[in-house]
Amino acid sequence: MAAEALLHVRVEGRRLVLDAAGGWVAARASEIEALVEGVFRKRPAVDAVEINLTHLERLDTVGAWLIERLRRAAGDAKLYPEIVGIDPRFKVLLDEVAISNKEPPHPHPRKGALIDFLEHVGIAVAEVGKDLSSIVQFTGEVVVASGRVLLAPMRLRFTSIVHHLDRVGFRAVPIIVLINFLIGAILAQQGIFHFRRFGAETFVVDMVGILVLREVGVLIVSIMLAGRSGSAYTAELGSMKMREEMDALRVMGFDPVEVLILPRLIALIVALPLLTIVGSLAALVGGGLVSWVYGGFPPEVFLDRLREAVTLDTIKVGMIKAPFMAAVIGLVACVEGLRVEGSAESLGEHTTNSVVKSIFLVIVLDGFFAVFFAAIGV
Amino acid sequence: MAKSKTNGVNGGETVIRVRGLVSGFHGVSVLKGVDFEIKHGEVIGLVGASGGGKSVLTRSLIGLLPKWSGSIEVFGRDLDKIEERERQAIERRWGVLFQGGALFSSLTVRQNVQFPMRENLSLSNRLLEEIALAKLEMVGLHRDVLDKMPSELSGGMVKRVALARALALDPEILFLDEPTSGLDPISAGDFDALIMALQETLGLTVFMVTHDLDSLYTACDRIIALADGKVIADGPIETMLEAEHPWLKSYFHGARAQSRSGAAA
Ligand SMILES: Nc1ncnc2c1ncn2[C@@H]1O[C@H](COP(=O)(O)OP(=O)(O)OP(=O)(O)O)[C@@H](O)[C@H]1O
Ligand SMILES: [Mg+2]
Repeated sequence: MAAEALLHVRVEGRRLVLDAAGGWVAARASEIEALVEGVFRKRPAVDAVEINLTHLERLDTVGAWLIERLRRAAGDAKLYPEIVGIDPRFKVLLDEVAISNKEPPHPHPRKGALIDFLEHVGIAVAEVGKDLSSIVQFTGEVVVASGRVLLAPMRLRFTSIVHHLDRVGFRAVPIIVLINFLIGAILAQQGIFHFRRFGAETFVVDMVGILVLREVGVLIVSIMLAGRSGSAYTAELGSMKMREEMDALRVMGFDPVEVLILPRLIALIVALPLLTIVGSLAALVGGGLVSWVYGGFPPEVFLDRLREAVTLDTIKVGMIKAPFMAAVIGLVACVEGLRVEGSAESLGEHTTNSVVKSIFLVIVLDGFFAVFFAAIGV
Repeated sequence: MAKSKTNGVNGGETVIRVRGLVSGFHGVSVLKGVDFEIKHGEVIGLVGASGGGKSVLTRSLIGLLPKWSGSIEVFGRDLDKIEERERQAIERRWGVLFQGGALFSSLTVRQNVQFPMRENLSLSNRLLEEIALAKLEMVGLHRDVLDKMPSELSGGMVKRVALARALALDPEILFLDEPTSGLDPISAGDFDALIMALQETLGLTVFMVTHDLDSLYTACDRIIALADGKVIADGPIETMLEAEHPWLKSYFHGARAQSRSGAAA
């Protein structure tokens, strides 16, 4: 079978006879295509072409198309092609491909690598602008929706808020406790190790206390929630958008911001400060434990020093940041969710963006707070 | 508009044999012992009430749903008893059109249709482009859709692209889940004609879930009716018209069916 000739070319007087034989099927497409291309590579000295299909045994779409290509090539060379010996079984398929590909398919649009690169840079820059404006616009929408809900508190979706609080808050407690505990322990260990050289181990308590309560507690919790809940928000809202669920809500007279987004934002804004308290306590416990076991000062000493080192202001500075962090994470997650378009890829991309952007913004915001508190001298 | 098909395909080899198929979800059975056979070259229409398990049956046939008991043989091979390699070889011999289209959302129309060919055949790029366009034109789409994303298509266009993709490898068996729903009546008629044409040329065996009475009359050699998880009738359209089962009576003699047979007479 493999050795048989798929295309026999012979010249009869002023006529070129092309005898197709055997199976013209996709599995042998490359052989057949090479044969077909070969026929008219140099113009044969003939006036007409006959394509004889009498010996054709099997034909599929690829084969039929290659016969059609042969016919068109002959037609282009003004050789008046004629197909003879068509098995009735193959006729429909040949007719079908004869009306296809009337114009060549458009080529893939290809630009140079440099143009591509510049285009990407341009798009990325424009994206940043769009990001900013869409966050601002979306914040506006949320404020308007909140206003409406404030005027008619019955419209607040309490059940939904509780449900999301459970998801983003309560269920995050174990992992938040664990991570903060470890971070507190590591901070204390490092502090003791290095301070010991100056004989200043006891200052470890000041360091751990202030660092955890002012910065680390809230930062770690924010980053965890951005990864854990922000991504979930984006993916949920994005897939709802893909399946027209948002549109369904809208046509039923509900505002998606009010129904889907406000409860999620409120849950996050409530949960993040609470988790910060839990997380900071866990970090202090971790620090205390290491100070006791590794540093050798008992819990009473640790607590005593902590009481001296930490003022109410320290705690306030940490806690006041928490709701802002939550708002940033929630807003970014929801904006990204609403920007998802039809494809699965777009969903993945926006979920990634949501996490990366919210972590970035959380850290930038923390920087602003640091400058602000330094300026007012707290 | 009587059935004009002449190539009576009786006596062909059996390509699908289903015996006592039971399947369902969460302990509730949907299919409760389904038996039927499909011969090479037949066009089978599967009818049944909405939610009656037609999609479940189709998905079981192509091995997407585990079955609780019974056996399914495709090309004479029991799908449970063959190795992964042979299974893949069989899967390349069938094409599936899912009820929702199931186009790859991150690929363009062109890439969707080319995907199975690119993976399974070694075609030159030029041939790949030409065949993809030919398939799309066969199902009645214009070349303008080539670079659209699935999310930019209308419901009927999604169906057609999905069909073009199902046809990409010139399969021997075509499983179609409600191919004509979402198409206008003219396109649905063209679609039936296309199925019959392909059936004739490529010797396709077609297993089609459909509610379209026109398709049942014109395109299908045989109809299998599913109710209460069992096959309640199996035969050409005449058998359906004569059947005594109340569901079949109202299906084929209800108001919509009446208006159709009135128009056809
Ligand atoms: N993934 C699933 N999980 C649980 N139950 C399912 C699932 N898919 C289908 N079912 C149930 O199986 C039954 C049959 O569903 P199926 O989709 O096969 O119906 P159908 O006959 O194709 O209906 P239609 O004509 O509306 O498409 C239904 O009762 C449905 O609720
Ligand atoms: Mg279905």
